Amino acid sequence: MATGKPAEKYCLGIESTADDFGVGIATFNGEILASVTDGYVPETGGIHPREAARHHAEVADKVLTEAIAKAQLKPSELSVVAFAQGPGLGPCLRSGATVARALSAYLNIPLVGVNHSIGHIEIGKLQTGAKDPLTLYASGGNTMVTAYASGRYRIFGETLDIALGNCLDVFAREAGLKNRKGMPLGAAVEQLAAKGEKLVALPYVVKGMDMSISGLLTAAIAALQKGERLEDVCFSLQENAFSMVTEVTERALAHTEKKEVLLTGGVAANKRLQKMLGIISADHDAKFSVVPQKFATDNGAMIAWTGVLAYMSGLMTPVDESFVKVRWRVDKVDVPWVKLP
Amino acid sequence: MSAVLLKKGAEASLFIADWQGRRVVIKQRLPKTYRPPQLDLTIRRYRTIHEPQLMHEAKRAGVPTPLIYLVDVENASITMEYIEGIQVKKLVDSICEADRAELCQGIGEEVGKLHVHGIVHGDLTTSNMILNQEGRVFLVDFGLGERSEELEAQGVDLHLLRHALQSTHFRVAEECFHAVLEGYTAVVGAHRMQEVLGKIREIEKRGRYVAERQQET
Repeated sequence: MATGKPAEKYCLGIESTADDFGVGIATFNGEILASVTDGYVPETGGIHPREAARHHAEVADKVLTEAIAKAQLKPSELSVVAFAQGPGLGPCLRSGATVARALSAYLNIPLVGVNHSIGHIEIGKLQTGAKDPLTLYASGGNTMVTAYASGRYRIFGETLDIALGNCLDVFAREAGLKNRKGMPLGAAVEQLAAKGEKLVALPYVVKGMDMSISGLLTAAIAALQKGERLEDVCFSLQENAFSMVTEVTERALAHTEKKEVLLTGGVAANKRLQKMLGIISADHDAKFSVVPQKFATDNGAMIAWTGVLAYMSGLMTPVDESFVKVRWRVDKVDVPWVKLP
Repeated sequence: MSAVLLKKGAEASLFIADWQGRRVVIKQRLPKTYRPPQLDLTIRRYRTIHEPQLMHEAKRAGVPTPLIYLVDVENASITMEYIEGIQVKKLVDSICEADRAELCQGIGEEVGKLHVHGIVHGDLTTSNMILNQEGRVFLVDFGLGERSEELEAQGVDLHLLRHALQSTHFRVAEECFHAVLEGYTAVVGAHRMQEVLGKIREIEKRGRYVAERQQET
């Protein structure tokens, strides 16, 4: 850890853990001046890490320029550059890290490596005003229930296999739905689910505060192949998967007795999931908030803001320690900026 | 019968009441309005039927669990013995190291007995363990339990316990888990313990973003 020049005003954050390349700019006071994202859309199938990384390298220049212009800044006015150091897909992470290192060297400003999952939690807290929430972070790569305790975000519950968003995406692709810009596969499933009427019996697997989702995905695909209506299977898949994750969240809520619940990550955009979590929060007298849609999916602003928090706590990442961390669990990261008893 | 709310849990509310001159706990699984009613009813009934059965079988395996007095499937409620004691969750961090080791070994022994008899608890957290006045650990809340001889199910059971220790008792988690395994081994034998331990490693590697997995690939 090196000491840098005193804090100026702006942090630029780079997000490239999966299919999105995002650049955000945050002031040290928590104002988001810009958040620009360019997503990689595969022709078929899921994210091919190398193809996504190539996309990121191609759009980096354009996205950076646009974000800096939107914030009405000159590059020389930036004081810190933050990047998502992990967890995520190796090639994608490396393309973002390369851009960040280059910027840091060129502008001669400190580099801060940020944990992507903590970025989702911190942007949620910033945008909703939550102080000490129990957080459900659900996305294509992650599904976990976390809360702060003694210096770190602890994981109270998580998926034992695949992530919630991954389950919805893979199901959608198996059902022949197409990935389009501005319309994530999860949103397509949500729309179809709203037209579902019949609850098809599917597995419901809660193990303590953890859950297993892969069997549910397999069973949903099988139900579709057996001739159940697509709308009904979407409906049943959502109801089962969200009930499981809600039950797990409620268990963690009863256990931790937190007074706030925060929903963050890409799946946070789903209205049905929001409704379910709203119900359990009310049952336990906890205030429920959802990250705003534009900060739900992966974005650079969350990295910029978490970079600010880390930098202000004196955390910086020398270049020789800036290797990407493909598997970097939330509960391995110290968060000295969280000031709670 | 007047009932006083003891704890509003995630899954059920616990009431203390007087029943036929005995102090009892009534565990009521109230409807969860976030789930579709059909799914909710299925889950609540299933757990109400299975929990007392598993508790009964646990007793047969020599594991202390509360006595069951009444099971009302329609209302998803179970009336059971009130155990005088302290929740293990409230003890773990405050007692001395030697006492903690003894307590955790005792927990390991009880879990070992369950597994030897083909019972998986399904929710091994320190909230679900009560140390009674004679120093015995009672296991409660078998709602997520199942009958299984499988290594996978038993591995998950212990993995969840470790996970619960890490999130709630992070300062002493590994020390506690080590003692649990000692007690567990004393019951199931070293060979079975090695098998279960191997399974736990496999389960942990299946999880998201586990550092150990990277080293092998």
